[in-house]
Amino acid sequence: MTASNEDLGYTPSTKGLWSWITTIDHKRIGILYAVSSLVFFIVGGLEALLIRTQLATPNGTVLSADAYNQLFTMHGLTMVFAVIMPIAAAFQNYFIPLMIGARDVAFPRLNAFAYWLFLFSVLLLTSSFFLGGSPDGAWVGYAPLSTQIQEYVRMDYYSIGAQLLGFASLAGSINFVATIFTMRAPGMTLMRMPVFVWMTVVSSFLLIFSLPVIGVGLWQIFIDRNLGGLFYEAQAAGDPLLWQHLFWIFGHPEVYVLILPAFGIVSEILPVFSRKPLFGYSFVVFSGIAIGFLGFGVWAHHMFTAGMGPVAEAGFGLATMLIAIPTGVKIFNWIGTMWGGRLTFSAPMLFTIGFIAMFLIGGISGVTHAVVPANTQQHDSYYVVAHFHYVLFGGAVFGYVAGAYYWFPKWTGRMMSETIGKWNFWIMFIGFNLTFAPQHILGLDGMPRRTYRYADGMGWDVWNLMSTVGAFLIALSFLFFIYNLIASYRNGKVAGNDPWDGRTLEWSTTSPPPVHNFDEIPVVHHLDDFWYRKYGVDEEGRSVKLTAEQAGKPDVVVEEHGIHMPSPSFYPIVASAGIATLGAGLVFISSGPIGFGVLGVGAVVTLWGVVGWAAEPATREAH
Amino acid sequence: MATATDGIFEVDGQTDFEADGDPIHRTRKTAMWVFLGSEVFFFGAMIATFLLYRHTTNGGPGAEIFNIPFTSATSFVLLMSSLTMVLADNAFQKSDQRQGRIWLVGTALLGLAFLAGQIFEFTEFVHEGLTISTSPFGSSFYMLTGFHGIHVAGGVLMIAMLVAFSLRSRLSPDHGMNVELVALYWHFVDIVWIVIFTIVYLLQI
Amino acid sequence: MLRIAIPILVFGALFAASCSSDLPQSSLNPRSVEAGRIDQLWSLVLWISVAVFVVVETALVYAIVRFRKRPGDEDEPKQVHGNTRLEIAWTIVPALILAFVAVPTMVTLSELRSPAEGDFLRVEVIGHQWWWEFRYPDIIDSEGRPLTTANEMHIPAGMTTELQMTSVDVIHSFWVPSLSGKRDVVPGRETYLKITPDADVAGQMIPGQCAEYCGLAHADMRFRVYVDSDDTFDTWTAAQLEPSPIPSSDPAAAGYETFTQLCTTCHQANVVGPGGSSEVIGAALGPDLTHFGSRSTIGAGIEENTAEHLAEWIADPASVKPMTPELNDIGAGRILGMPDYGLDERQIAELVSLLEGWK
Repeated sequence: MTASNEDLGYTPSTKGLWSWITTIDHKRIGILYAVSSLVFFIVGGLEALLIRTQLATPNGTVLSADAYNQLFTMHGLTMVFAVIMPIAAAFQNYFIPLMIGARDVAFPRLNAFAYWLFLFSVLLLTSSFFLGGSPDGAWVGYAPLSTQIQEYVRMDYYSIGAQLLGFASLAGSINFVATIFTMRAPGMTLMRMPVFVWMTVVSSFLLIFSLPVIGVGLWQIFIDRNLGGLFYEAQAAGDPLLWQHLFWIFGHPEVYVLILPAFGIVSEILPVFSRKPLFGYSFVVFSGIAIGFLGFGVWAHHMFTAGMGPVAEAGFGLATMLIAIPTGVKIFNWIGTMWGGRLTFSAPMLFTIGFIAMFLIGGISGVTHAVVPANTQQHDSYYVVAHFHYVLFGGAVFGYVAGAYYWFPKWTGRMMSETIGKWNFWIMFIGFNLTFAPQHILGLDGMPRRTYRYADGMGWDVWNLMSTVGAFLIALSFLFFIYNLIASYRNGKVAGNDPWDGRTLEWSTTSPPPVHNFDEIPVVHHLDDFWYRKYGVDEEGRSVKLTAEQAGKPDVVVEEHGIHMPSPSFYPIVASAGIATLGAGLVFISSGPIGFGVLGVGAVVTLWGVVGWAAEPATREAH
Repeated sequence: MATATDGIFEVDGQTDFEADGDPIHRTRKTAMWVFLGSEVFFFGAMIATFLLYRHTTNGGPGAEIFNIPFTSATSFVLLMSSLTMVLADNAFQKSDQRQGRIWLVGTALLGLAFLAGQIFEFTEFVHEGLTISTSPFGSSFYMLTGFHGIHVAGGVLMIAMLVAFSLRSRLSPDHGMNVELVALYWHFVDIVWIVIFTIVYLLQI
Repeated sequence: MLRIAIPILVFGALFAASCSSDLPQSSLNPRSVEAGRIDQLWSLVLWISVAVFVVVETALVYAIVRFRKRPGDEDEPKQVHGNTRLEIAWTIVPALILAFVAVPTMVTLSELRSPAEGDFLRVEVIGHQWWWEFRYPDIIDSEGRPLTTANEMHIPAGMTTELQMTSVDVIHSFWVPSLSGKRDVVPGRETYLKITPDADVAGQMIPGQCAEYCGLAHADMRFRVYVDSDDTFDTWTAAQLEPSPIPSSDPAAAGYETFTQLCTTCHQANVVGPGGSSEVIGAALGPDLTHFGSRSTIGAGIEENTAEHLAEWIADPASVKPMTPELNDIGAGRILGMPDYGLDERQIAELVSLLEGWK
């Protein structure tokens, strides 16, 4: 039974550009994030291919040093902020309300605002290629290199761009926390929430507490570059290590932010394709929380060579070893989920298994980094590049691609092609390992990172060439992925509500869900409540499909007032455009009057957006 | 201000079995507290920076430049503004819009007086040779107090909006809630100032 | 079978390559006490890592194979929710393994970070964009000036050298993997490193390079460490302390004229005229050129030091190594490269003759 538009309380226009610009529907916002992420993955991927082409041979001449330095900086910024963060946001936006039995997030307009601010900020950052030069200080932007050359606007794009992206993520995180803590369906206690929801809680808190710290650092960079500040001026006794601390107090929790949602997705997929519940649910949840807490205590393991002193180094080394334990617990529980199950290897499951296998390797190399003396050989070498690509690509990307295959039917109502999916997986798996496994060797054999060329005779040639070939294979695999997305969207097999025989609430509604998500909000009695509406358990503990009589009527919330959905709004995009314009003005503030002009425009637009937003009601009467 | 539902359904007035009170109220307060949590870390990082650089004066003025009596006076003004804010919140809870507006205006004026005091103090310091470019001490001092001032200014703007909405009858008992949120923010900004005043001006470690 | 065999072969190959190496800049080719200690620790960690990898991946592969749905199999699996004892076991076992690794880690760390004791050589390392300055504060000439050179360090085998390091501009990192783990060089701070080359390494040249991204030519900020026997070291230091002669005949003499007009803006040299007393001319913004002819590379390890390469360098420095001299701000101490002075072939040849003559 679907509610009619009158029941919905408003008559939205669901087609056309305007409907997308003013949408505050979490599902549409999720799609916007996903599409943006994919587009920027192509951008970041092209940056990577250029880098790998330059490094295919010693003394490469494909790129100048200047171009190379901008490319690797932008590759890092693009992949972290414009690809992984938004794809996690895409899944979180689309599925958190569905998984907790809500109709939208707590603050739908804030949700839209966060998306548009993200998009405008990334566009601002990317426009640097054409307008003054891209940041070239590496994604970590160490001072005083980042404050040294003020004649170029490049690092101002960095300090402002990253700042704005931080605001967008902060807005999103506050929204998720408020949603998850106050809007769950009746009966859904915290320990009945899907793991994906839990991981979102933890990663949201990580962002809420870590973003402000790098926010301070980025403002300091901005002040040093444009307002004569001396935070990082060594001649005035400014301390460069202050920046490193501020950056990594954000930067380390950030890597958990990147991976935890993928942990959550994998924790949802495994039970479905093993036909067993997640092994050790509470241990998986608590280890996620532990990773969140411990994640704030290990940041200086990025600084073991900086000269902090042996006491600090020992302390952070031990703390870093500690954090391996909850991570290992998760991996064991995932294998435990598969153990004794009845496994099928559809595309989501293939990518999930690939995730576990690759993340394990990245996790192990990470633990070797905790061995402080060994770290002094590994740091700033290709060994680190190998490590983080194993966890971020082998881990996060594989996990998010798994999520894409898993949830595509719910988004679109159609299945992705399994055949293309298998080609996608194997080419990506082989290409990925070919690219990054040799980089461990390169690092141990003394090749530093962030180098636009290397000498011959160092013994690095073969591994570099191998790595470049692998990179092109990865690119090929993504062609398969994109083709699969497009072709399946047009022609895929119709999926129905529950094509995988799922366990969580999103599978209880239509594919795609109606704008109000559920005709009737379920009352939840178990973890994996949806599964127990379909299956009982026999004496041996095996699932038994329930007949319609046995299943009975699902327990739902009786709603006497009808369904009220929030109305679309124009102000979130206005406010975010205003703030992004303010940001652009700040980037150019040292370039003369144009900066102040842009700043002025930004202030006006922001004021318009914010006041209009505050003044408009959230829901209009139906008419 | 905004009308009730904002996307949250109601089940006999409750969203879940653990809740009591208006569900939107709970959601908005949760969000504000979480936001303030992030602000703690924002100011915390700036205070940490200041502590690192409090003696890094690069040959320029240091803490001796502070005028404690003057800053105590402006701090008192800000503290009083929290009192008027409490009174405003109270008035709106009791649906006395007019009284609420009066106290809100009072709060804003006190906030502006505080800001005026800050500006006066900074111009004095500049004359005495402490600018953002004098030393890391100068940079971190102005950054910390400057961002605090920006937060006060933001609060004044929000108070102005509340007054305007109240005049246009868009603040009602159901929405006394929003004065409460702004009040929470305002008190937080005041507490941050107390911490800053203590660490930067009084303790001088 | 192939699916299992191939990954095993691949990882076997990688593992073998991670054990040891004879490559010049490899951390797996330790030639000092310190690099050796790190390598030992690394071997322990590598073995444990491989063991963990094999165990866990085997469990994963086993699960995939053993529990896959077979055609016609419609039985539902048991809905197992967990096993607390297993959870405790696989929390404690990794903790024990980590504790086991932590002990030698902390011991090695404290050994490597303890200050040098007894008889050791002090060398100051000063990072610049994009070259390395090396000074020997305890090896001084008759005027009390310490031995100063660039991009090439000589240290004695079988003895500890303690590096005291800083930077004049941005953060760099001193990394010579076969001799030591790296340490950053930070403006405004001092950091330290110990290197005790093995006795049998005497006579070897060991390359290193900057390992902290420091701007445009980070990749081209390389250096060489020559490990000398005691005699060779003494000979080298004695020669380096001598001032270089101001040439009296062309083309070198003409080159010296150009040198004093242009090059001394940034470069320094300790020179002695026919009269006999030596003086230091020029500014210490760029590498000291007193014994330039004795060095094996130019441009911080970029090219072999030959007359031809030197001529190319002087004619157009940025073509050899990317630099931005247009951003130089000598007053602010920001030196980002050597300018192209637009010298003609003759002038260049004269300078080459001068500098290559200063051995």
